[in-house]
Amino acid sequence: MNTDGVLVQALVVAFSAAFTGNILLTNFLGMCPFLAVSRQVKTSMGLGWAVLFVMTGTCILNWVVYWHVLVPLHLEFLRFIMFIIMIAAFVQFVEMLLERYSPVLYQNLGIFLPLITVNCAILGAALFMVIREYTFVNTVAFGLGSGAGWMLAILAMAGIREKMKPDRIPQGLQGPGITLIIVGLMALAFMGFTGVLSGG
Amino acid sequence: MADMFLSILIVSAIAAALAALLVVAQRYLANYGKCRIKINDSKTIEVEGGSPLLESLTQNKIFIPSACGGRGTCAYCKVKVLEGGGPVVPTEEPYLDAGERESGVRLSCQVKVRNDLRIEIPEELFSVREYICTCTRIRELTHDIREFRFELKEPAEITFVPGQYVQLFSPAYDDNEEVYRAYSIASDPAEKNIVDLVIRLVPGGICTTWCFEHLKEGAEARFNGPYGQFRLSDSDAPMIFVAGGSGMAPMKCMLHHMKNTGNKRKTTYFFGANLVNELFYRELMQEFEQSLGSFRFVPVVSRPGEGDPWDGETGLVTEALRRNIKDAAGCEGYLCGSPGMIDAAVKVLVELGVPENKIFYDKF
Repeated sequence: MNTDGVLVQALVVAFSAAFTGNILLTNFLGMCPFLAVSRQVKTSMGLGWAVLFVMTGTCILNWVVYWHVLVPLHLEFLRFIMFIIMIAAFVQFVEMLLERYSPVLYQNLGIFLPLITVNCAILGAALFMVIREYTFVNTVAFGLGSGAGWMLAILAMAGIREKMKPDRIPQGLQGPGITLIIVGLMALAFMGFTGVLSGG
Repeated sequence: MADMFLSILIVSAIAAALAALLVVAQRYLANYGKCRIKINDSKTIEVEGGSPLLESLTQNKIFIPSACGGRGTCAYCKVKVLEGGGPVVPTEEPYLDAGERESGVRLSCQVKVRNDLRIEIPEELFSVREYICTCTRIRELTHDIREFRFELKEPAEITFVPGQYVQLFSPAYDDNEEVYRAYSIASDPAEKNIVDLVIRLVPGGICTTWCFEHLKEGAEARFNGPYGQFRLSDSDAPMIFVAGGSGMAPMKCMLHHMKNTGNKRKTTYFFGANLVNELFYRELMQEFEQSLGSFRFVPVVSRPGEGDPWDGETGLVTEALRRNIKDAAGCEGYLCGSPGMIDAAVKVLVELGVPENKIFYDKF
């Protein structure tokens, strides 16, 4: 495959990860911080960037660990525990680094890192990348696309919730209740993307 | 077999390598050294920098309420950070209103201790503890109200703001489970190793029944506290106290405190009872009238019986309030009693011109 072909395929993977196979809205992964932090667009933006960054970073790391450590040693079954350890260590390390050297970035992004250390979306993305046997380039694209998709979803949700603030919501539905209903409707809308791509 | 060892080896090796990396990083990146936290401008604690404020305080036995375990979602752990807290972080923003931001309120689980801090926490959190004590005296005040005196054993002294309450522990007895119930402190705050509680027997009440039937003089008891925001304001505004039954307790405590501190604020105290023999602490109130100067005690009896000589105020306490005070603008209201009495008294005070935010109460 020539370079163009590789790039096109990577683009397709990224697009499909963000839209047709949105990690949050079609796989329902990463719901916990999604529900908790989607009150304000500004905060959601920070969390979205953090997820995007961590997802891409850990997908790359885990790809290396999986294909160059676990597979050669025939220890694929260890991938769950390995991925979790890698993600936790990576997040911890990046947080310390940011906190020390970039207070501005830390204020905007770093404080979200602990929230997503044990996020199932991050682990989910790493496992998808293995199941689908992505190449390295595709893995990078997949990480970026999944992160962007998650960010898109939380931004949309935060926008809706901000708009909804003055509305009177029945008492039993306030908070997570109405949020979950909206997620469901958004998921339905995202189902519309199914079939846009047959590759991915 | 070989697979098994290999897998253990690999997992351990990678985990160890990552742990080593983190330890090194922790040592060089996250080393903020010792930081000092000055609390309420009185106590200073020294903590290892780098942890969230909430955690640092908890390690020093200062318990800030927190329901979510430091994840920034419950907003219970608010404290005032006056210096050194850095800017408000996005995870806190949804939980702070403009006024709170202005005064430096932060979620202590989201503030990291990276340098010296100056913080302010509600005094009562500072001193909430469990107290072991001995019940040394039980006095009958009326047919269903008793005064219980507790002498503190461990710790031997309590500091509280007059108006605060403690939660008395009632152990399991008969078919009742153990419970904690809140009672305002009635004793003189200057007597630091004594806590008096004024308790009315509630028919069927678990804790009050325990107090009246099982708690004996000389027995051990325990409570925790102090809690509560009910307290005298710092202003010089004239005060109107309204209480009924065991609602006497915090008022008595405040009056002791006013006497101790030479506080001469004009104070009128309306105390409601059903029958003449349900009035109590009358001699003490007379003493306060003499020693405080501008204090007046107005007992109100709603149903003076045939035989009881009574020439004081009659009817509901709110009616007496209306009769005695024509204009209460500029006054502050302090209420303690049943919810029904409080709601009625708030209504009357507002009609008499007391702004609603100048009416303070404890509802039981």
